[in-house]
Amino acid sequence: MKNHVSLTVNGRRVAAEIEPRLSLADFLREHLHLTATHLGCEHGVCGACTVLADGKPIRACIALAVSLDDAEIRTLEGLQGDPLMEALKDAFHEKHGLQCGFCTPGMLVSAWDLLRRRRDLDERTVRVAMSGNLCRCTGYQGIVRSIMAAAAHAGSAKGPA
Amino acid sequence: MKPAPFAYVRPKSLGEAVALLVQSGARALAGGQSLVPMLNLRLAPVERLVDLGGLAELRGVRDSSGSILYGAMTAHAVFEDGEVPDASNGLMPFVAGQFAFRAVRNRGTIGGAIALADPAADWLTTAVALEARLHLIGVAGRRLVGAEEFVLGPYVTALGEGELIEAVEVPKRAASERWGHARVAMKIGDYAESMAIALMDRKAGRGRLVLGAADGAPILFPEIAARALSGAASDELRLAVRRALLAADRGFTPAKLAMHTTTLLRALAQAAAA
Repeated sequence: MKNHVSLTVNGRRVAAEIEPRLSLADFLREHLHLTATHLGCEHGVCGACTVLADGKPIRACIALAVSLDDAEIRTLEGLQGDPLMEALKDAFHEKHGLQCGFCTPGMLVSAWDLLRRRRDLDERTVRVAMSGNLCRCTGYQGIVRSIMAAAAHAGSAKGPA
Repeated sequence: MKPAPFAYVRPKSLGEAVALLVQSGARALAGGQSLVPMLNLRLAPVERLVDLGGLAELRGVRDSSGSILYGAMTAHAVFEDGEVPDASNGLMPFVAGQFAFRAVRNRGTIGGAIALADPAADWLTTAVALEARLHLIGVAGRRLVGAEEFVLGPYVTALGEGELIEAVEVPKRAASERWGHARVAMKIGDYAESMAIALMDRKAGRGRLVLGAADGAPILFPEIAARALSGAASDELRLAVRRALLAADRGFTPAKLAMHTTTLLRALAQAAAA
């Protein structure tokens, strides 16, 4: 039982015959060898597999690849060179936003979306917005610091009252 | 690949979708934010998924004089961001930002959440509170069911064989109405352990109080809403709430009783203070 799917991944047209039970995450990793998208829980809880579909973050582990026919997917690889993503990566480097790095791709994609959507970020808002991305090393302090630093850089942080 | 094998079809019209859904072993796929995890865990036996994602008919919004009709496939984030007109004095956009995570809210839909009827689903309680009407469509045609009558129990609804929700119609709430919302969860984004919505319209003398995540269909407490509206003292309300929860006969544990009492009283207090 295979279905046809045709979509855009990081600007490249991709067409494939796939089983409908194949998740977008497995499609990206195993068929396209785009391994920045990580799989943690595989049921939509940990956020490690967060990618952009038509510009919006989704969980690639609970999206069927076949249901994304015609969609435009961007993974962390596809955001390389994007000024906001580069600012985030620099901030994660400088402010200790990662230890083992497993959750980092999902953290970066979620934070990238948050910084583009919101212009009034304070620490509480960042913590609430990032609650769907789990990290088992950092205790989140470094991650929140990194995102706040990138927000200040990008003009998304709340100014002094 | 985690799910067991299934067939997949993406109908191009609503008529085609209902014809496919009436066949045995078929199940509708909306945003998939509950169904796909259930497939991954092999908890939901499905022979054929009927993906509603290609149906433009399920995405529109119609603003009429007395109510707003939201297509069933309207994503939570669309409400959260105020991209659709609001019938609820801000309650629906607020609720839409309270559950799960942005990546889930981008894909999950109001119709899918209500059709699944997870007792802890926030839209279910909200739809009952707002007296929403569900527009259902099946091979036999269309019908209207009130949200209150739609939910029969945990994961059990009035949906017949092959039927699906086409739209959620929310009557425009009076501008003089105030709402209160209280929710308890283990962590941000988790399913609610308890949630309550109070709607108080002093001018019209109308009140509505609903409890969700109540191990079954949302529970309405009209007598308590009326008492709160008439300005009952907080001690009296607390006692009345506890008695009403026991009378609901859901077998709540003492911890759940305390939690539900708290969310109901918080929702009432917020609606009264607003």
